[in-house]
Amino acid sequence: MEAHAAEHDHAAHPPAANASSGVDARVLGMLLFIGSEIMLFGSFFTAYFFVRVVNGYPWPPPEDHLPVFVAGVNTVILVTSSFTMHWALQSIKRGNRAGLQAGLVLTLLMGTTFLLTQIAEYARVGFAPGDNAFATIFYCLTGLHGAHVFVGLTLLLFTAIRAFRGHYSPEHHHGVELSGIYWHFVDVMWIVVYTTVYII
Amino acid sequence: MARRNPFHSEAEAFRWLLLTIAAFAAVALASLLGGWPVGLPVWIVVTAAALWWYLRPLPDDRVPQAAAHVGGPGEKRILVVANETLASQELLEAVGRAAEGYKAQVLVVAPALNTKVRHWASDEDSARADAQRRLDGSLARLAGMGLEVRGEVGDADPLQAIEDALRMFGADEIVISTHPEERSNWLERGEVEAARERFAVPVTHVVVDLDADATS
Repeated sequence: MEAHAAEHDHAAHPPAANASSGVDARVLGMLLFIGSEIMLFGSFFTAYFFVRVVNGYPWPPPEDHLPVFVAGVNTVILVTSSFTMHWALQSIKRGNRAGLQAGLVLTLLMGTTFLLTQIAEYARVGFAPGDNAFATIFYCLTGLHGAHVFVGLTLLLFTAIRAFRGHYSPEHHHGVELSGIYWHFVDVMWIVVYTTVYII
Repeated sequence: MARRNPFHSEAEAFRWLLLTIAAFAAVALASLLGGWPVGLPVWIVVTAAALWWYLRPLPDDRVPQAAAHVGGPGEKRILVVANETLASQELLEAVGRAAEGYKAQVLVVAPALNTKVRHWASDEDSARADAQRRLDGSLARLAGMGLEVRGEVGDADPLQAIEDALRMFGADEIVISTHPEERSNWLERGEVEAARERFAVPVTHVVVDLDADATS
């Protein structure tokens, strides 16, 4: 029995590798994530490119109107939420728990406002995903981004709950860091989507 | 070779966001002023600039590392780094020459050479086992020469393996053994020259032609 336990112990704890140049698991995970996101968004942008540039489809069609101003205000809200996210992390790094909590709550509120405004605009925009190629690409790109915002908000919610329960410290704030990275990524993608779909 | 990673930290990601805002503001402005014939070139330029910035290798700002001499004036520590040529006669003779006249301690490091795919998947068990097998053969022959010798399997990157070893073993000399130039990956990548630049420890390079040894 003891021999078995010792054997099991050995298997559970392999000797530490000496490979300091090996690929860090977190870096590898993030690279795989970025790769999958590039392929996901890339497939939709490829469809956008073919519809608009290759086929010369009018963007938007004369009968459809994009809510550029509202989406612009929404963009400002989302970009501002990245600043509050950055503030939250900087706060906990300095041991300022109130700053962390306020930053996370503000980020959550602004992210939620963005998502609700987006949903409200879907109801008012006047065209459905199946109406034409333009509408399909519009809903796919903005909807895909909206799904990412939802995931980001979920991460932020759990991060905020933990922050209010006393988790995180100047030395240990990896959860806030990861949520922040994801949130900035979501913002970057929105800037690309907003510029290509609404502005150009 | 280190490169910038926009997702390395929240601060990096935030900086990337600010750069994206600036870049796409320029693209949007160009498109509004001149349509897509102006916006597209601006987009290509900012994208190329961003790719260049993030993909270019970071400068290696590490200073040459010197290992402190350990022991009395008559003692010498020799670090031997090799892989397939570990048990060759040329390497054993070179180590013997380096140890001549000293009370020498020898540390043999065998980098666990691995394929790219296995390296990225952190699957290095077989590479380490192969390196350990070669190391065992070499250690037996060096011990037979009357040297105080021990060995370890090191990082797949020979420079990293040397750096790791130097932290624990203050070597007075490094002996690196490679295949001849036409079949040596290490020489092709300039590992020996890089070791001379990075480490302020004398580096002796031993070239071993295993094919010639086998036919002679």
